[in-house]
Amino acid sequence: MINTIVQGVLLGGYYALIAAGLSFMFSVMRIINLAHGSLAVLAAYLLLVLAQNYHLSPFVGLIIVLPLMAVIGFLLQRFVLDRAMQAGQLVPILATFGLSIVIDNGLFETFGANTRSLSNFIGTLSYDSIALPGDIYVGELAVGTFVLAVAVLGGLQLFLSFTPYGRAIRATAEDPDTAGLVGINPRMATAIASAIALFTVGLAGAALGMRGTFDAYAGASQLLFAFEAAVIGGAGSVWGTLIGGIVLALAQTFGAKVSPLGFLLAGHGVFLVVLFVRIWLVGGVRGFFRRPV
Amino acid sequence: MNAQTTFRVERWTAASRIAIGVVVVLAVIAAVAPFWLGPGAMDRLTILFVYIILAVMWNALAGYAGLVSVGQQLFLGLGAYFTIKLADWGVNPFVAMAGAALIVGIIAVPLSFPMLRLRGGEFAIGMWVVSEMAHLLVNLDPLVKGETGTSLISLNAFDAPLRRNLIYWLALVALLVLLAALFALLRSRVGAAIQAIRDNEEAAASVGVRVTSTKRLIFVFTAFGVAMAGALWLATALTFQPKAYFSVQWTAYMIFMVLVGGIGTFEGAILGAVIFFAIETWFGATGVWYLVGLGATALIFALVLPRGIWGAIERRTGLRLLPVGYRLEFKLPGVKP
Amino acid sequence: MSALAVNSLNLHHGLLHAVRDLSLNVAEGEIVALVGANGAGKTTLLRAIAGAHRPTSGTITYGGADITHRAAHRRVNMGIALVPEGRRLFTQMTVEENLLLGRMSGRPGTWTVDKVLETFPNLTARRTARAATLSGGEQQATAIGRALMSNPSLLLLDELSLGLSPIAVDRLYESLRALMQSGTTILLVEQDLGRAMQVATRVICMLEGHVVLEAPTANLAREQVTDAYFGLAQHRVPA
Repeated sequence: MINTIVQGVLLGGYYALIAAGLSFMFSVMRIINLAHGSLAVLAAYLLLVLAQNYHLSPFVGLIIVLPLMAVIGFLLQRFVLDRAMQAGQLVPILATFGLSIVIDNGLFETFGANTRSLSNFIGTLSYDSIALPGDIYVGELAVGTFVLAVAVLGGLQLFLSFTPYGRAIRATAEDPDTAGLVGINPRMATAIASAIALFTVGLAGAALGMRGTFDAYAGASQLLFAFEAAVIGGAGSVWGTLIGGIVLALAQTFGAKVSPLGFLLAGHGVFLVVLFVRIWLVGGVRGFFRRPV
Repeated sequence: MNAQTTFRVERWTAASRIAIGVVVVLAVIAAVAPFWLGPGAMDRLTILFVYIILAVMWNALAGYAGLVSVGQQLFLGLGAYFTIKLADWGVNPFVAMAGAALIVGIIAVPLSFPMLRLRGGEFAIGMWVVSEMAHLLVNLDPLVKGETGTSLISLNAFDAPLRRNLIYWLALVALLVLLAALFALLRSRVGAAIQAIRDNEEAAASVGVRVTSTKRLIFVFTAFGVAMAGALWLATALTFQPKAYFSVQWTAYMIFMVLVGGIGTFEGAILGAVIFFAIETWFGATGVWYLVGLGATALIFALVLPRGIWGAIERRTGLRLLPVGYRLEFKLPGVKP
Repeated sequence: MSALAVNSLNLHHGLLHAVRDLSLNVAEGEIVALVGANGAGKTTLLRAIAGAHRPTSGTITYGGADITHRAAHRRVNMGIALVPEGRRLFTQMTVEENLLLGRMSGRPGTWTVDKVLETFPNLTARRTARAATLSGGEQQATAIGRALMSNPSLLLLDELSLGLSPIAVDRLYESLRALMQSGTTILLVEQDLGRAMQVATRVICMLEGHVVLEAPTANLAREQVTDAYFGLAQHRVPA
């Protein structure tokens, strides 16, 4: 039982990691990027190519892939999302969905249907474990992912709260018109926010690849998990995302013990329950992504 | 304006009269088509009808109620699933199809209460999660045998040509009934409410438009329509593999059709369905690049031409084929109209 | 040489023609008051000068450079700072954060958070308070301070007294006295005619998008301004 809880909590770290970018992007730009999961999978494939063809360990590969993801985020915002946001509320959803279809199927065409993994390229890290008191073993990778998630979430929070550019991004999120009048370039602020979000997506993709398998269409489920984690925790709050990830993971882990289908069933179920309870308690329409703290 | 100026409120224009005439003629032609079309062509036409239903329904939800759902496959899958269930209980398969759509419509009512409280992307993905949940639950039904699926066996009782004709006519009737119902809805007070909500939801609420009830009506109506489409798809495909029905790919198709055709316009959705049908007929076999092309086209349209092809035409020419709005025509004394 | 030159400017809000063929000049160091009834186009004009409203036609020149199509944040870099109508503070951020944001343009100068707090002493106690919790007067002070943090050479003040009690307005203008004597060019929109004529060296009156009166304060009687304000007299008084 304790073991299940521990494994669940650690899985929650992964979910928090992938949810971080999604909820950051929503806090700042009010966009839910439906291509979020697909982009994480893209990062995993990029690391795979570097590992297979150039014999670069994924950790080294990250040095190339992370900046690349940041650039992709920057360009995505400048050329796709900025335009989409201007065209109305519905358009960013449609545009990012279209993008996810392009990425998913493009990956399928390029890499085929086989499931892949980065675990072959990280040596023993994929199965090394640490012994904890009480005869519990935790994977080094899982612990590392959890710590990374906390670091990323904490880093984002510190960035937003205490750095000049973080303030600029928060200001642009609240009132882009006045932000311009104060000397902030709103387009640059949102583009940098997207770059940061996709940087974290790159990290999540690496974690995804290392801890398990992925295929071209894995983006959809990753998006759903990220979204569920963010909503359960009440995104916009850093620690909320972490708690949301943990709750989702615990539900899934316990569900899996009941039946193989239970993993997904329990996860989606908990999400819907939390959603509906919150709606019922709050009454009235309200977004579950709050403003940045 | 002086006291002598008069004006008339017109609903029909010359163009719309012609268009309605054309629709009637096409419907008649379509109705008698089974007598001179081969089986392959009839299958394709049935599929076209299904696509038109899907496009018009998704457009109604997104374009009229302002709700983008990435989870409409929920209703498609449930429509097919309940058809199988009802048929399994001995109901005539055609009755089962209509019954399944009705059941899904009824389920949509309580579902709408929590879901309509969500906005924007949360609603979109929320519906997707509900769809995934439904997929998992349907898989649990022993009748469905998990992902292997089952078939609408009772349809085999009918011999092939008759079965094909019946399905075709059912699809045609379903399409015409749904279109007519939506058309009537748009011309009624609900239609005016929809227009008001689209323009400015808060303002609409402040003049007494019942926003949530209107959205609920559209939500349930489109659920019914999509479920009907799912039942029809099942009839043409005969097999029910949950994965094929609860796939988010369907949403991709619906989004493509509506974005390319024209979101928020009746004519646009139909145009988009026809275009999609044509593209699928010619390129569908080329594999996954076709899907990449669909996604890219949807993306480009979203960014560059968000009102779709019909939206662009409408904007340029003011052409409205279906008389769902009101036009004010002024008669100034001494001035030729 | 005039610092700010507006030439034949036309501004629209959708179909509404808010500013019609308007020209005006502000010389360096001048304090010019822009008065007029609601809807005269004053705020729209100020926003266009600051870069938040795109002109339909006409030009805006500052320090000799044509800035008509320059983005707002780049105008802040050039020294133009707007204190918007209604304050438009970032309500989720503290006073200090709002002030620090004013530094984003990176213009060199003497303004610091401490100097702003000296200028508006009532803000010192509220330094770490969230902007949404401030009183009207404190919000206005913060908004002005935020603009000052960018070390502007042209300060645009839109309706400082809007929604404030007379005492709060008094206090604001008192705090601004040193600023107004420092040589910064100021263009202010002010509903309170008496106060406008007190602080400004020149008055421009707008009506329905046009300039209907423009004169140095010294040569102007209050009745002339009120006449122009209500459209009872339309002429320019020579300088």
